Amino acid sequence: MDIFIQQVVSGLATGGIYASLALALVMIYQATDVVNFAQGNMAMFSTYIAWSLLQAGVPYWVTFGATVVIAFVGGLLIERVVIRPVEGAPILTIVIVTLGLLVIFTSVAGWIYSYIQKPFPSPFPSRPIKIGNIVFGAHDLGAIGITLVVLLLLFLFFRYTTLGLAMRAAAQNPVSSRLCGIRVSWMLGLGWGLAAAFGAVAGMMVAPVVFLDPNMMGGIQIYAFAAATVGGFTSPLGAVVGGFLVGVTENLVGTYVSFIGTELKLTVALAMIIIVLLVRPSGLFGRTTVRRV
Amino acid sequence: MSLFTRFIALLLVGGLAALAGAGAAAAQTVVGVTATEIKIGNTNPYSGPASAYGTIGKALGAYFKKVNDEGGINGRKINYITYDDQYSPPKTVEMVRRLVEQDQVAFLFQTLGTPPNSAIHKYVNQQKVPHIFVATGATKWNDPKSFPWTMGYQPNYQTEGRIYAAYVLKNVPNAKVGILYQNDDYGKDYLKGFEDGLGDAAKKLIVLKQSYEVTDPTIDSQIVNLKNSGANVFFNVTIPKFAVQAIKKSNDIGWKPLHFLNNVSSSLGTVLKPAGLEASRGLLTALYMKEITDPQWKNDKGFLEWVAFMKKYYPEGALDDQANAYAYNVAILVAHTIKQCGNDLSRENIIKQAANLKNVELPLLLPGIKVNTSPTDHAPIEQEQLAKFDGEKWALFGEVLDAFRK
Amino acid sequence: MDSRPGEATAASRPEGGVAHPHATARATRPVGVTTVLVILTVAAALPFFVSGFRLFQFTQVLIYAIALLGLNMLTGYNGQFSLGHGAFYGIGAYTTAIMIDRWDIGYAWTILAAGIVCLVVGFLFGRPALRLEGLYLALATFSLALAVPQIFKYFEHWTGGSQGIVLSKPKAPFGLRLTEDQWLYYLTLAVTIVLFVLAWNLLRGRVGRAIVAIRDNHIAAEAMGVNNALYKSVVFGVSAAYTGIAGGLSAIAIAFVAPDTFDVFLSITLLTGIVIGGFGTISGAIYGALFIQFVPTWAQDISKAAPWAIFGALLILFMYVMPRGIAGFVHLVWIRLTTSAVSREPGR
Repeated sequence: MDIFIQQVVSGLATGGIYASLALALVMIYQATDVVNFAQGNMAMFSTYIAWSLLQAGVPYWVTFGATVVIAFVGGLLIERVVIRPVEGAPILTIVIVTLGLLVIFTSVAGWIYSYIQKPFPSPFPSRPIKIGNIVFGAHDLGAIGITLVVLLLLFLFFRYTTLGLAMRAAAQNPVSSRLCGIRVSWMLGLGWGLAAAFGAVAGMMVAPVVFLDPNMMGGIQIYAFAAATVGGFTSPLGAVVGGFLVGVTENLVGTYVSFIGTELKLTVALAMIIIVLLVRPSGLFGRTTVRRV
Repeated sequence: MSLFTRFIALLLVGGLAALAGAGAAAAQTVVGVTATEIKIGNTNPYSGPASAYGTIGKALGAYFKKVNDEGGINGRKINYITYDDQYSPPKTVEMVRRLVEQDQVAFLFQTLGTPPNSAIHKYVNQQKVPHIFVATGATKWNDPKSFPWTMGYQPNYQTEGRIYAAYVLKNVPNAKVGILYQNDDYGKDYLKGFEDGLGDAAKKLIVLKQSYEVTDPTIDSQIVNLKNSGANVFFNVTIPKFAVQAIKKSNDIGWKPLHFLNNVSSSLGTVLKPAGLEASRGLLTALYMKEITDPQWKNDKGFLEWVAFMKKYYPEGALDDQANAYAYNVAILVAHTIKQCGNDLSRENIIKQAANLKNVELPLLLPGIKVNTSPTDHAPIEQEQLAKFDGEKWALFGEVLDAFRK
Repeated sequence: MDSRPGEATAASRPEGGVAHPHATARATRPVGVTTVLVILTVAAALPFFVSGFRLFQFTQVLIYAIALLGLNMLTGYNGQFSLGHGAFYGIGAYTTAIMIDRWDIGYAWTILAAGIVCLVVGFLFGRPALRLEGLYLALATFSLALAVPQIFKYFEHWTGGSQGIVLSKPKAPFGLRLTEDQWLYYLTLAVTIVLFVLAWNLLRGRVGRAIVAIRDNHIAAEAMGVNNALYKSVVFGVSAAYTGIAGGLSAIAIAFVAPDTFDVFLSITLLTGIVIGGFGTISGAIYGALFIQFVPTWAQDISKAAPWAIFGALLILFMYVMPRGIAGFVHLVWIRLTTSAVSREPGR
């Protein structure tokens, strides 16, 4: 039984990692209707900025705040400068532009900081917490906590603030929103900024676990996509639940289904995603859109 | 219809032109070599997911710049051409063909990665282009009978696996072995060497094998399973990123096996320090190079020589990256081989000399480890020495082990 | 979705039944035939003018073009987003490699087999995927692309596991005096021509209109009597078959297959190819293939330090200048040129 609980716990810890980036993906999808392939690598780059600040002797929480702000401004600027010119183009055109950003961020980070992994500090104690035979990493718990706080903020923002409402409206129906006096173009920029800020938080929570290198987010982004897909791309709560679900399922399948073992555990996790989609085509928590003819 | 006739006519003209061109090409005998220059080719992943290795290709270039600044070899400057293959076999085939057919290099060296080299293995041997000191630890490069133009460089992974197996058989009674390996050619090679080394006992001794994918964010789940299997020996076949996690996690959950860490991740600066020096105490590995972040070498002549080189010729390269030290050794070996060729830089002589290296010492090899090749032995470095991490440095122990002296 | 250059061409044909300036139609036809003939001539004569290495590159271009055409049928024409066509490329490559290496079957047959295997796999995958739309379909196919390399590694007995399979390059048959590169190029060219003609026939007629109608408005298409489910899964199968044939050819051309070649990056590269080349156009497949074959090499010639940064910048630049791909851009230029020529006519 111990092993089962330990696997669930470690699944939750990795699930938390997926969830944090999935949140940023969902954020940008809600705000702009675009899937941003560069999300993970923007987060990686923000984390490098944080690393530079820390190297310069800036205290952790100051760095944390500063990085979030820098990431927000950076995201906003990227939307204004890079995405804006293709705003009216087909979705796939924008997707390709985000792919361009992805390779640029990887390459430039490698160029500036080299490809060697760097340790990144955690704000939480390094001593693991033990309850009986079960071990929790303090950082894992802290990171999950921060992810949940971000989720709550996101929920409150979209649900209760006029700005949040305006952003959702701008993404879903730009024409009507413009008629209502919403500055749609700026709303999109704001969406990118917020997503980049959440990404930065995710990056700083992920880096102490997987270590900082330019390809740090590659694998994680794949899982974050999976998490967002399972949970539904239109639901922040879904993204977080999806993250935990993917993390735990993957561990349990790898541990208990012996003919699959670890060699096919990714395949199985992916097969489950497809099955979830077949039962609920918009994810577990996603909203099904009805189109008018 | 006139268009169609013109189409046929063009085809014919094209054919004639090609026949005329074919005759002219076969005149040159020594490819890639002039009185003042020798052209040599390489592929490395400068972009893509494996770009961390790209620094090897750059450091090689920096060394050849040093050679050229000092007047070249036998009066010839080295013209080093390196292309990005993104660690993708189709791209490697394309780039190697560019080097061989278009740039006409004298030889290829240090092409990086097992899958990329597998893809060009047959081609270079058909073309009779020396394909030497390849940057991979697979065993198949040492097969001079079937592939006389190909030659390995570093001790292969299987040999290293066998060294650990021999240690376990000799020193650990009641061993129960748990293995963590990367699910690709590199991981499987280590695994095979280790299992072969254990021989008939393998089935009994190995209690659990766990794999991971390079794209996995963490390996926590695997470590938990390994601990649970009751293993008291841990063979850790992971790249640095996961090695750090494995050392840290097994320490966190209170699993204290006899821990063999593969040479790939033996860096003190990028693996052991991040994982915690205390947690790393007692790790075992097999080394053939001086670990550049290990304090025991900080006054070593070879090490200081390398640092001076890095500062002058490759200042943007990281001083804690073992790959840069690795490249330095190889570059010196390449220069040595060219020098040994004298004035006969034909491809036949290049491979002949590469297969005739006797007790060559390189500045960053461990003391006592030397490069040796022969026409029947295309594995330049075959010696390693076991080392135990004492909390501060890799303490070498036992004798230098030779793979061929079983 | 708004109109694309591809549709404009379709509409200019008489059977399209849409009113359109007939001047353009008259101007396009003969010039189009000439262009195609000129391209074919150049393609056929190429082996006699360029080196083996260049020829190998152009063989790769043709192979990519086939794969891109397959993907474009599905994504460009039918509106089903796929981020997983690298998987079909891989399945095709492995089908060919295993048949040649393990069963000693003639390579020409294995290309056909690669197509058939992918047709079946694609159809079977496309069937349940019918329920998914847009983003969710893209991510389901993305999962497929992720899983496939792991599956190749797992069935080590057939696939050689992570070591892959090494093949030999075929020699020219019937005593033809061609080098291996030349023969392979002609073989690939022949397959490319056959597949392009088939695709052109398929897409311009009744079937093609149904496929496009589903993309533009599936509910309306259903109401007009188009069997959405059947069409969509058949298109999925055919698209996979094209990409699989390309994969099979690539296995023969590279003479090596390894699981990690067919990773997510390949799928993304293919998607990039159709968007850069021209979404929903046949010629776009060729432009896209040229782009993904040559632009990364140019990028590294510009900068060794950060080749990907240059490539990424080029990608974005292309999208700025040609948001509808190269085919769209060429079409736009073409329209400008011909309409201005036509409008000058009466003034003479």
